[in-house]
Amino acid sequence: MSIEWETVIGLEIHAQLATRSKIFSGSSTAYGATPNVQANLVDLGYPGVLPVLNREAVRMAVRFGLATGATIARRSIFARKNYFYPDLPKGYQISQYERPIVEDGTVEIVLDDGAHKTVGITRAHLEEDAGKSLHEGLGKHSGIDLNRAGTPLLEIVSEPDLRSAREAIAYMKKVHTLVRYLEICDGNMQEGSFRCDANVSVRHKGRHEYGTRCEIKNLNSFRFVERAINYEVARQIGLIEGGGSVVLETRLYDPDRNETRPMRSKEEANDYRYFPDPDLLPLALDEEFIEEIRGALPELPDQKAARFVHDHGLSGYDAGVLTANRELADYYEAVAAMLGGEAKLAANWVMGDLSGFLNRDNREIGRSPVDAKRLAGLLARIIDGTISGKIAKEVFEAMWEGQSDADAIIDAKGLRQITDTSTIQRVIAGVMTANPAQLADYRSGKDKLFGFFVGQVMKATGGKANPAQVNELLREMLAG
Amino acid sequence: MTVAEIGRGLRAGQFTSIEVTKHFLERIDRVNKPLNAFITVTPERAMADAKRADAVIARGEGGPLTGVPLAHKDIFCTEGVLTSCGSRMLSNFIAPYDATVVERLAAAGMVTLGKTNMDEFAMGSSSETSWYGPVRNPWDGTKVPGGSSGGSAAAVAARLAPVATGTDTGGSIRQPGALTGLTGFKPTYGRVSRYGMVAFASSLDQAGVLAQSAEDAALVLGAMAGHDARDSTSVNAPVPDYAAGLGRSMKGLRIGIIREFFGAGLEEGTGRAVRTALDGYRAMGATLVELSLPNLPLSVPTYYVVAPAECSSNLSRFDGVRFGHRCSEPRDLRDLYRRSRGEGFGAEVKRRIMTGTYVLSAGYYDAYYLKAQKVRSLINADFRRAFSEVDVLMGPTTPTPAFAIGAKVDDPITMYLNDIYTIGANLAGLPAVSIPCGLVDGLPVGLQIIGPHFAEEHLLAAAHAWQLQTDWHRKLPPMFA
Repeated sequence: MSIEWETVIGLEIHAQLATRSKIFSGSSTAYGATPNVQANLVDLGYPGVLPVLNREAVRMAVRFGLATGATIARRSIFARKNYFYPDLPKGYQISQYERPIVEDGTVEIVLDDGAHKTVGITRAHLEEDAGKSLHEGLGKHSGIDLNRAGTPLLEIVSEPDLRSAREAIAYMKKVHTLVRYLEICDGNMQEGSFRCDANVSVRHKGRHEYGTRCEIKNLNSFRFVERAINYEVARQIGLIEGGGSVVLETRLYDPDRNETRPMRSKEEANDYRYFPDPDLLPLALDEEFIEEIRGALPELPDQKAARFVHDHGLSGYDAGVLTANRELADYYEAVAAMLGGEAKLAANWVMGDLSGFLNRDNREIGRSPVDAKRLAGLLARIIDGTISGKIAKEVFEAMWEGQSDADAIIDAKGLRQITDTSTIQRVIAGVMTANPAQLADYRSGKDKLFGFFVGQVMKATGGKANPAQVNELLREMLAG
Repeated sequence: MTVAEIGRGLRAGQFTSIEVTKHFLERIDRVNKPLNAFITVTPERAMADAKRADAVIARGEGGPLTGVPLAHKDIFCTEGVLTSCGSRMLSNFIAPYDATVVERLAAAGMVTLGKTNMDEFAMGSSSETSWYGPVRNPWDGTKVPGGSSGGSAAAVAARLAPVATGTDTGGSIRQPGALTGLTGFKPTYGRVSRYGMVAFASSLDQAGVLAQSAEDAALVLGAMAGHDARDSTSVNAPVPDYAAGLGRSMKGLRIGIIREFFGAGLEEGTGRAVRTALDGYRAMGATLVELSLPNLPLSVPTYYVVAPAECSSNLSRFDGVRFGHRCSEPRDLRDLYRRSRGEGFGAEVKRRIMTGTYVLSAGYYDAYYLKAQKVRSLINADFRRAFSEVDVLMGPTTPTPAFAIGAKVDDPITMYLNDIYTIGANLAGLPAVSIPCGLVDGLPVGLQIIGPHFAEEHLLAAAHAWQLQTDWHRKLPPMFA
């Protein structure tokens, strides 16, 4: 008899906060600079230098806490996490340990079957990033780039509430959406601005105790998270079913070979010797500060989606897709507003053709060649019958490639829909004359040939004839 | 001549800063070698500073410190100058910036003569643990000058500099001040910026001065103190005019006599000198109240958990990667760390790093570090209670006068007990001063005055009142008279 297994996953997401300067120094946080030019004496851990907390990073952490319904600690403590590594200049990382700034939040995710699930956020704390070790192109030496050292991070720790790789992805995407709505993280996963570690274990379904977990490090794409978790789950089940047991350890995911490998076991792991950082006073937040931030929170994705369903009449699914990205939602809303009541048409086009072209060209919505106003101009021509939906696709493509708006393209290409009855009747008459055999067959009962005649008429008009009128007139004239 | 006297002479045109600076540079040249008070002398910089000061004075500008020379403890970063912290680890470290203290005293027009010797990373009570060799006490060359600011103390006691900066983590200004006959002032934690001071124990370290008089301490402290945005623990409160407040009467001053400071272990002559001084205050109109701070005897064990814990973390940055000593031909990363640190640090520093690492380790944290923090708050509470009854507390600074070089260096516990009276003020972050109050067998004895937070003015006034009545602070070591 085979046992049913249950997967238990908790994620630790590292979101790089979008401050201009570092969390404890005035150095720039811009990505991609020449190594070590954005590291000042504080970042380099020179003798005698001291950290000074960036208030903007605190604001961002509070924004996240408020947006997830969490408790904001009125007093939180920065601690030192001590370990030696060349990319950690001070020999300790300043983080928050026993008293983080954010505790007990939740986010709502939608599962594949459409069901909703609440995922707990245990805590979110502020900390500084380490530098980077560079191993390529330096012969037998390693290089250190400390530009990233001191960059502010918000480490968001979930409860072990996730039960599959799909749920983990849904949760991670939701947090990704949230931090971008809040404008606290640019979400750029290639540059490492949003990455995560996954704690994965398996247990027999129905058991309460958790199995032994492994921590998979540094997953920087949604796809890798899914693949790494699936690999890890299969590995752990295989181990146990083969009579072995899972060892508590940290593992690294190798995307090239699609496998996880042990990094270090917890027994031989560092004792980080956390203690409160005496260089930083406890971080005290007053009500006024918190309320000011609460007052300035934007409409959050769940609120926006609910409004799209309620006020715009969109389906929950469509509202979810549109609000997953704040810029996309804003774009949609602008188009819908210009079209009056035709929200569904706007939604279909934003999710369909527009998103398709954006994906094809690998562009963000903010860099779409067709802005909301031009798209609305095109859709208005569908609504007033100037062109059909099919012709609109052709016009859209022309708009994407050029600068013109829909009307100019329709006129230049002569795509205006033919709605004049006598013109359409003349075309139908020509098609009937040219296809006497098909006409005879149709009249003898081959109804299926109706489609053939529609096609011929549309072909003869270059697709411009109003389809509804074509149908109606053809039916009359074919009947004889 | 004191700082105040030099300042007055400069402004009166009796001499120039260049003349004064030359005088001290020549004296250093003649006398420093046997004392070993300076690690680095910076004559070019000093002469340039002096020239600039003379120009300022000639324009009728500047303040009471313009053109007055000083020496900095080698724990303060000085741009372009070796900042060794008394350690082999930093024996090649040319600081790329000035500490706030250095910057402020330069801005006040003071002339930097050089950098003074000290216990390695300020860890010690005798100035014997320096990579640059022990400092000798000007009063008796076979004796220690105290530590860790022993180089600054010896320099001022022998008049190689009219005043010097120091740092006090567990008594490192007051104890050498007491052992060399100086006024050693440690301000309230947060009063003077720690930016640019190589950290030993961040929650205890505080910069101050070793001076010839309370008046000098007031002048220099006034220029050092004040908020600094680069130090989050620096307090944003206005700095009073300390010199202007010196005239305060002692009439009605309530002095608490700490019972725990007069028990076994206090050497007889020292105790006598301190009691005589207390009588002197009574004669000036102060009232003496004996009181008890029951948790104060726990200061030493508390300190030797907290300070090493912080030091073990603060000294992690010395890894041979970016600055400081690096071993030759490291085989790999581990070897680089192990040998650079093994070679760079001396025995006392290693002892404290190991102790600190141990007390912070998983499984020991609660029993040591956390417990020490709890005791620390009990000691704080003792002081708070005391200051609800009295204005200042008085007692001896050290249990004995200066001891012989080599006598305690191999016996850490005995050495640590030398700070038994001074550590409490650090744990509670309180201002405290040691002033000379007598000689025992030709060696100076210090009276310690401890005040509530930000009571610098009261302490300086109390110290000054005593110095108006006595001349202990004017006595010079016979060999340097």
